[in-house]
Amino acid sequence: MATTTMTMAKALNEGLRRAMEKNKKVLIMGEDVGKLGGVFRITDGLQKDFGEDRVIDAPLAESAIVGTAVGLAIRGYRTVCEIQFDGFVYPAFDQIVSQVAKLHKRSDGVYTMGLVIRIPFQGGIGAIEHHSESPEAYFAATAGLRVVSCSTPNDAYWMIQQSIEHDDPIIFCEPKSRYWEKGEVDLDSPPAGLFDAIVRREGSDVTVIGYGSSVKTILRAADTAATEGTSLEVVDARSIAPLELDTMVKSLEKTGRLVVVQEAPHMASIGSEIVAELSERCFYSLRAPGVRVSGYHVPYPPTRIEEDYRPSVDRILDAVDRVMGYES
Amino acid sequence: MIGEELVQLLTPEGERVAHPEYESTLSGEEIFGLYRDMVIVRRLCTESTSLQRQGQLALWAPIQGQEAAQIGAGRALAPQDFTFPTYREHGIAWCRGVPPENMLRLFRAVSNGGWDAQKYRHSVPTVVLGNQVLNAVGYAMGIQRDGAEEAVMTFFGDGASSQGDVLEAFVWASSFNTPVVFFCQNNQWGISTPMSIQSKIPLYHRAPGFGFPGIRVDGNDVLAVYEVSKRALESARVGGGPTLIEAYTYRMGAHTTSDDPTRYRIDAEVEVWKHRDPIERVKSLLVREYRVKTTKFDEVAAEADTMALKLREDVLAMDRPDPITMFDHAYAAPHPLIDEGRREMVELGVSGGSH
Repeated sequence: MATTTMTMAKALNEGLRRAMEKNKKVLIMGEDVGKLGGVFRITDGLQKDFGEDRVIDAPLAESAIVGTAVGLAIRGYRTVCEIQFDGFVYPAFDQIVSQVAKLHKRSDGVYTMGLVIRIPFQGGIGAIEHHSESPEAYFAATAGLRVVSCSTPNDAYWMIQQSIEHDDPIIFCEPKSRYWEKGEVDLDSPPAGLFDAIVRREGSDVTVIGYGSSVKTILRAADTAATEGTSLEVVDARSIAPLELDTMVKSLEKTGRLVVVQEAPHMASIGSEIVAELSERCFYSLRAPGVRVSGYHVPYPPTRIEEDYRPSVDRILDAVDRVMGYES
Repeated sequence: MIGEELVQLLTPEGERVAHPEYESTLSGEEIFGLYRDMVIVRRLCTESTSLQRQGQLALWAPIQGQEAAQIGAGRALAPQDFTFPTYREHGIAWCRGVPPENMLRLFRAVSNGGWDAQKYRHSVPTVVLGNQVLNAVGYAMGIQRDGAEEAVMTFFGDGASSQGDVLEAFVWASSFNTPVVFFCQNNQWGISTPMSIQSKIPLYHRAPGFGFPGIRVDGNDVLAVYEVSKRALESARVGGGPTLIEAYTYRMGAHTTSDDPTRYRIDAEVEVWKHRDPIERVKSLLVREYRVKTTKFDEVAAEADTMALKLREDVLAMDRPDPITMFDHAYAAPHPLIDEGRREMVELGVSGGSH
């Protein structure tokens, strides 16, 4: 097994490179993705190696980045669109929900909407407004789309390649606060299917589910909880839409207690959906109601105070205490 | 209202006029072919309006008045070209070979598409204004990467000309010099919104500001539309980049069968445009210059009636789809919520199951 250590940013870069080597129809398009390598350097060096026709520096228009990728898909190309920041995806929202999500259906299956929309999402980098949002629920609620998120360099390396190979359009959410964190990457085989959840840490008292940047926070909470005698099982959802519920159900049947963690506000969120699905499926196993630890229902705050908005280890542990407090 | 900047090769009276840059290259037989196309799509349109009034269609978007714009452009296309329409391009669909009954599947509400877009090289209808114009530019970027000698033509109206997607498409087409022809049918009205609040300058004047040529053609003159479209497409195929064609025309009917234009426009305006009818002027030319006999015109009318009769039969035979088909092609790959929906529908007895 060939493994190597790299950052998530580098793992995404290597994954993109491998996908472009494998399939000449794979293109990259976005703002500043060429010479600059993207504002996060995810596409660093790719234009130099694959040329300006395959790594396309786009004019500054998100609807066009996605709208032209749709036309390229109809022509048989697979475009990886880079949206520079989460808060800049909204100009492309119309193309994403009206065309990307619906054209396979509207064409009676004639068109394959094989395209990937990469969005650096969630906060934690001390940015200015519109650079720290969690828009995943908008896309998860749209039939025709799939939404995934990586939490480790290994997942980043494999999930981007799996997304590019997949025939449905994928909204690929990258936890930007984890871009520079290193991890082992297995260059030979993927850790799981693109739409599979993974148990990151086994435990027996409480199932804690998250995705993206939250996974690492949950693992830290699990370390602390262990010292206090509480055993957390940590599930990385990875696929936000569709949710892979079997892994979650299996865990909850063991623990009977559920906490879901996300940076997005909880109203109509992925966390809400997980709690609803698992309440329905695991009703007789539940020893406490499922609890969500989320961002507050406010516009993303100025980042000097963002750590009081994002789910922290303390807030997760507080939720763990609450579900542990139910007698059964 | 129509300035001298308009390319016109045939007056409303059916007289040929000279233009310094364009001349008609069509034979009498070919012009008769365009006449036939226009008569048939107008008949398609009247039959569809009747079907809607009789409760057989949910809606219809008529094209009366715009036949020359669509047939002129549609017949200028080469087989290898690709087209991105709105929901009103019945004339283009006809030229691409889409069977009329397929055009009506959307309007009978049995499909959100209607035909095999790759087979006819004519994309499915786009209802959200302007989306398809960006999709067309993307397709043209694909043509460039394939090194193919093909062009894309995309359609939109004066209403959609205010959409951001259309203007972004202009930027991209210009920056990347894509092989795309933007064909704008300026029919003067976006439902009740007049041209005067869509643009303070003629729409084709916008193109030079984006860095490519714009041209206004008499959209009711099929000979002029054909030549202008042909040249723009030829230029696009060989690396000449985009062109904006503004086909200056008029929506003689309502926006759709749900619309009532008497609430917002005056009869006198409609009367003026009646004299500019796209079909009558070609008929005058054919009679005067080519001595086409009445019996030939009668044959076309009969052919159109036969088409309409078959269309009616085909539409009436279009049954409500099996509800379970709503799950088909929602995704290309298996999806748990699709499986769940199908299963529930079968359990409820709504459908017999697998389709």
